[in-house]
Amino acid sequence: MYRYDEFDHGFVTQRTDQFRDQVRRRLAGELTEEEFKPLRLMNGLYLQLHAYMLRVAIPYGTLNSRQMRKLAHIARTYDKGYGHFTTRQNIQFNWPKLSDVPAILEELAEVEMHAIQTSGNCIRNVTADHFAGAAADEIADPRPYAEILRQWSSLHPEFSFLPRKFKIAITGATNDRAAVQVHDIGLQLAQNEAGEIGFTVFVGGGLGRTPMIGRKVRDFLPEEDLLAYSEAILRVYNRYGRRDNKYKARIKILVHETGLDELKADIEAEFEKIRFGVLRLPDEEVRRIEAYFAPPPLEVLPATSQAVEARKATDAAFAQFVAHNLNPHRVPGHASVTVSMKPIGGIPGDASDRQMEVIADLAERYGHDEIRISHEQNVILPHVRLDDLPALFDRLVEHGLAEGNAGLITDIIACPGMDYCALATARSIPVAQEISERFGSAERQAEIGDLKIKISGCINACGHHHVGHIGILGLEKKGEEFYQITLGGSANENASIGEIVGRGFSSETVVDAIETLVDTYLSLRSGRDETFLDTYRRLGEEPFKEALYGTA
Amino acid sequence: MKVVTANRLLDGEVVWLGADENWVGDLARAKLLETKEDVAAAMATAQQSIADREVVEAYDVDVVSEEGRITPKRLRERIRAAGPTILPDLGKQTRAATA
Repeated sequence: MYRYDEFDHGFVTQRTDQFRDQVRRRLAGELTEEEFKPLRLMNGLYLQLHAYMLRVAIPYGTLNSRQMRKLAHIARTYDKGYGHFTTRQNIQFNWPKLSDVPAILEELAEVEMHAIQTSGNCIRNVTADHFAGAAADEIADPRPYAEILRQWSSLHPEFSFLPRKFKIAITGATNDRAAVQVHDIGLQLAQNEAGEIGFTVFVGGGLGRTPMIGRKVRDFLPEEDLLAYSEAILRVYNRYGRRDNKYKARIKILVHETGLDELKADIEAEFEKIRFGVLRLPDEEVRRIEAYFAPPPLEVLPATSQAVEARKATDAAFAQFVAHNLNPHRVPGHASVTVSMKPIGGIPGDASDRQMEVIADLAERYGHDEIRISHEQNVILPHVRLDDLPALFDRLVEHGLAEGNAGLITDIIACPGMDYCALATARSIPVAQEISERFGSAERQAEIGDLKIKISGCINACGHHHVGHIGILGLEKKGEEFYQITLGGSANENASIGEIVGRGFSSETVVDAIETLVDTYLSLRSGRDETFLDTYRRLGEEPFKEALYGTA
Repeated sequence: MKVVTANRLLDGEVVWLGADENWVGDLARAKLLETKEDVAAAMATAQQSIADREVVEAYDVDVVSEEGRITPKRLRERIRAAGPTILPDLGKQTRAATA
């Protein structure tokens, strides 16, 4: 993985010192809250319902065991013994003291981590496919490009005061697991006829109160133009994006209001001005960064492991784990393993300090010291030998991390909701927990098959509800929590925004409504191979609507 | 009926304005404000506390008081007063349970 050079170290250390001084000045009364707030936000520090919350960047979701142990240490020393993995592949600590934050940032810097640009109207942490560098269906590892974008966008002087936040996602595979079409810029690696690497570029996707699928602006952007083209997009957005209304300030609104053709022409015109300038990516620089992400030496092994087959035959839980939590690896005899952070009835994305340490140990022992955080709030060990799966599974079982539910109905994305978040209008996590309990039996989950439920506790949509096969949005109505259901959303290469199915449900009835939808699907599907989303797309919302509300 | 709440600057802890114009970490000890004038006076005190760097983001909250027990009307404020509903062993609710 990427290692800081002298410049990176100096930059992060300087930034930590700067924030330490800002905190000192705030506490000494030299800065008002009004002056301090944007400074703390630029360093990932929010004030939530119960306490401050620190959001730490995990660039493109990649970290090693040393970094994971540091996160465990921070959870234990400065927080309440746990952290929360987010839908942007980051981690949040829910209880830090303002006075401790400079020390936390210093500890993070020791392991090449920081909280820079995890908030504020700037370019946020670049996200990537969590199976990057390992997936069998990958054209190339997208992380070197994500790292190049990270270096370009970190404290970019021109883009530190954008109209609104700006999110970039990148995938190297044709199966999009990074939700690129619902990002401000989405990049999908592509290969031209000459075998050269480039990018299909989408602009103006996003969720929030105005969900939109990104529009394609380039079929094939050559590798060398990545930064110049990104800069051109950002310049056009920075110049024309609305600053009069916070809710209309994202680039998706600019795309929508300006029209794709005109905006594309603006981007191309800007690009022409700068494409042969300093931002043109030299081949040797890309290859230099790429070397940091060189895959671990993996021996080609038989595609089927005797050890796995034998254990599967006698252990149903292991068989379920193998059936759902492995992703095909490009090297035969290996797999990428999803460590589910969605125990039945648990809190999606939460990990205790001890669990973080166990994951670090397992990554070292079985996974070439690589760990990923997925935007679906799970942990991935990208390079595991199939023969090691039984031993790995046993360790996961010991620590409550062995749920074989990746991609199933209980693998729910949920934002922190009103249990923590100052913006929330309803709770998300208890709804996720109740759904998880309701459908938690191994047989029932397997019977239902692939089904993505995503829950947000307010219209800002951190829980990605618009792109859930079933989406749940928590609102407040007359002082009560109230949940609106959307159907048919998807964040993959065939992205779609879910449609509101009808009037919402109370917290007491929303899980019954989900069960009605699931039962309706099971009765209507053409066979076990037809997923919930396929059935919905084939039949439309009518049968589901009827099941929920009757025909009257 | 209202109370005035804020977060403590230093650690973010949820606090309410108490009877003697101190900030208290327990809603039960918050000063109940009956009239508009009471609320305005409490908010003026809060503004002074903000200027003095004791607290941030002060605002008033609707509550009901029954049998000496103060309960915020909105769920959000009930959660702030207790802690996350999903982790009953964290936040202020643990103190209430052991008191």
